[in-house]
Amino acid sequence: MKAQLSKEDLLKAYRKMREIREFEDRVHVEFAKGTLPGFVHLYSGEEAVAVGICEHLNDLDRIASTHRGHGHCIAKGVELEGMMAEIYGKKTGTCGGKGGSMHIADLDKGMMGANGIVGAGPPLIAGAALASKLRKDGSVGVVFFGDGASNQGTNFESMNFAVTLDLPMIFVLENNGYAESTSTKYSAKVGSDNIADRARGFGMPAVTVDGNDFFAVYEAAGEAIERARKGGGPTFIECKTMRYFGHFEGDAQTYRPKDEVKNARASNCPLKRFAAAVTSAGLVEAAELEAVDKSVLDQVEKAVKAAEVAPQPDLDALMTDVYVSY
Amino acid sequence: MARKIMFKDAINEAMRLEMERDKSVILLGLDVAGAAGTEQQRDAWGGVLGVTKGLYPLFPDRVIDTPISESAYIGAAVGASACGMRAVGELMFSDFMGVCFDQLYNQAAKFRYMFGGKAVTPVTIRTMIGAGFSAAAQHSQSPYSMFAHVPGLKCIIPSNPYDAKGLLAASIADDDPCVFFEHKALYTMKGEVPEEHYTIPLGQANVIQEGKDVTIVALARMVQFAEKAAKKLAKDGIECTIIDPRTISPMDWNAIYSSVEKTGRLVVVDESYDLCGVASDICGHVAQNVFGALKSAPQMVTAPFVPTPFASNLEAAYLPDANKIEAAVRKTME
Ligand SMILES: Cc1ncc(C[n+]2csc(CCOP(=O)(O)OP(=O)(O)O)c2C)c(N)n1
Ligand SMILES: [Mg+2]
Repeated sequence: MKAQLSKEDLLKAYRKMREIREFEDRVHVEFAKGTLPGFVHLYSGEEAVAVGICEHLNDLDRIASTHRGHGHCIAKGVELEGMMAEIYGKKTGTCGGKGGSMHIADLDKGMMGANGIVGAGPPLIAGAALASKLRKDGSVGVVFFGDGASNQGTNFESMNFAVTLDLPMIFVLENNGYAESTSTKYSAKVGSDNIADRARGFGMPAVTVDGNDFFAVYEAAGEAIERARKGGGPTFIECKTMRYFGHFEGDAQTYRPKDEVKNARASNCPLKRFAAAVTSAGLVEAAELEAVDKSVLDQVEKAVKAAEVAPQPDLDALMTDVYVSY
Repeated sequence: MARKIMFKDAINEAMRLEMERDKSVILLGLDVAGAAGTEQQRDAWGGVLGVTKGLYPLFPDRVIDTPISESAYIGAAVGASACGMRAVGELMFSDFMGVCFDQLYNQAAKFRYMFGGKAVTPVTIRTMIGAGFSAAAQHSQSPYSMFAHVPGLKCIIPSNPYDAKGLLAASIADDDPCVFFEHKALYTMKGEVPEEHYTIPLGQANVIQEGKDVTIVALARMVQFAEKAAKKLAKDGIECTIIDPRTISPMDWNAIYSSVEKTGRLVVVDESYDLCGVASDICGHVAQNVFGALKSAPQMVTAPFVPTPFASNLEAAYLPDANKIEAAVRKTME
């Protein structure tokens, strides 16, 4: 199994997934206390997608994220403390408290931002990929988007654009079955149930993988990214996954079957599946994973404590950063 | 006395009554019913804040959940309306208008003129505006002046439940394309609303109170802030007239001019920006048309020219409020 991943790689991937899970579960708890401002969309349950893809990327590679962006940020290497402080609207946040949950960005890490506009990412990453291609630096652009977002014209246009210009771009569809309360079955009627089939029609390789299986995502991404780095053009990867919380915090979720999430957590959790796979193959000891769990819990606790006591932005910040010069 | 209901329920009621009265009225939008394609009960959401909840069970064929494809469904609302329907398209947040603007800007707005007066496009777009929820730069804007800049579109901006119901009914019944802006902070505001159908003419301002010293023109949520400021100023003997234009295209210029002719002073309050915005536009028109009546320079109270910040302290500083309005009024009195 997965010989190309060293023990160090495996532990790193697991740690990233655990960081996402604990970060999101904690934000869920803090939001319920009423201490967090704004809209929050959580990524718990979808960890294997962001991490399975981003483990192949470096800081030169660009990603664009969505409203559900915390997981992509963490997977791309954005610091937890800054992210937590941003969600709290504090001066020490990744964006100085000006963006919040839906706009966390860290351009130095190649993270071009969570996004409040569904479907905004694909054209932006087409541009990132075009820049990569012209600079010939071997970097790639990766856009994450949901099943709902797959219905935006921007996505269809970008698929054609990427194929036309042969761009080093990866379309990563996070198909979690819902766009808000609307089922994918209603809004994306593709004969096969696989939205990836649309992409094939645009003339690019397209695969559908089990998005809760880190190794499936990792392998598909590896192939696609290598092809893109070598000038082989775009690829579309559909990852079937599940979000564990509501569309946003506060969503009553009456549109979901009662035990959908409970069952998924029990039998299809990406972290549990990863742990079972690597321990049963004797690649990593259970105790080593537990040590990661504990260390991540501490890390998240520290991030929350730091965010709580951090100051709000200075009022001068209201008027800065609109332009470079004006 | 009529019963008191919330702003969002007034909108729901106007939708329901129009759909009952006119079978050609349809509603298109994201999760306007909810749970489409699932095995659970439909009408799970009624829009992201529940404004249209309860309509789907009454009109299952005419309350239509759409894919997240604003160009397609807002455009389809326009197209269907040009073909005999009276479609209401719900653009969840007005911030999303960038995705579908052409369908309003170059299509709905221009059909009638370009086609030599032959087209009728009675579409209504309902959409949310407003800051104050830490929703940051892409979910807090009030971009109505961008729509008002387009000949062929009408822009409606209610400030209370009574107006919301009457103006929405008028917008839907109107034969021109209407963009109807709902401030999300007003959704839970309660006010007296008659149960029966009624309309408020588009282009008719509401003079909320009359005072001899200063004319305050305010829109949407800003009306409340203006009232608060006026109360405070009244204690110091400064009497304010407050005018809510209710629609900014058409604009009730006469109401504003005749008030400024009486008071000689003008303060315009707008949650949007001053540059090329409603506030600067009103000041400009007043300067051009009733300059002789002015005793002091008109003042604008608007958001500063920056995107809406996330942090709550920055957002509070960003928004116009009663104190800023009070200061502007005092300035006109100097
Ligand atoms: C242009 C635009 N339309 C609508 C919305 C409101 N909205 C935010 S998230 C969302 C659902 C997105 O579904 P999907 O793409 O499947 O992502 P998921 O939430 O499942 O991760 C909608 C409709 C938006 N933010 N932007
Ligand atoms: Mg989805």
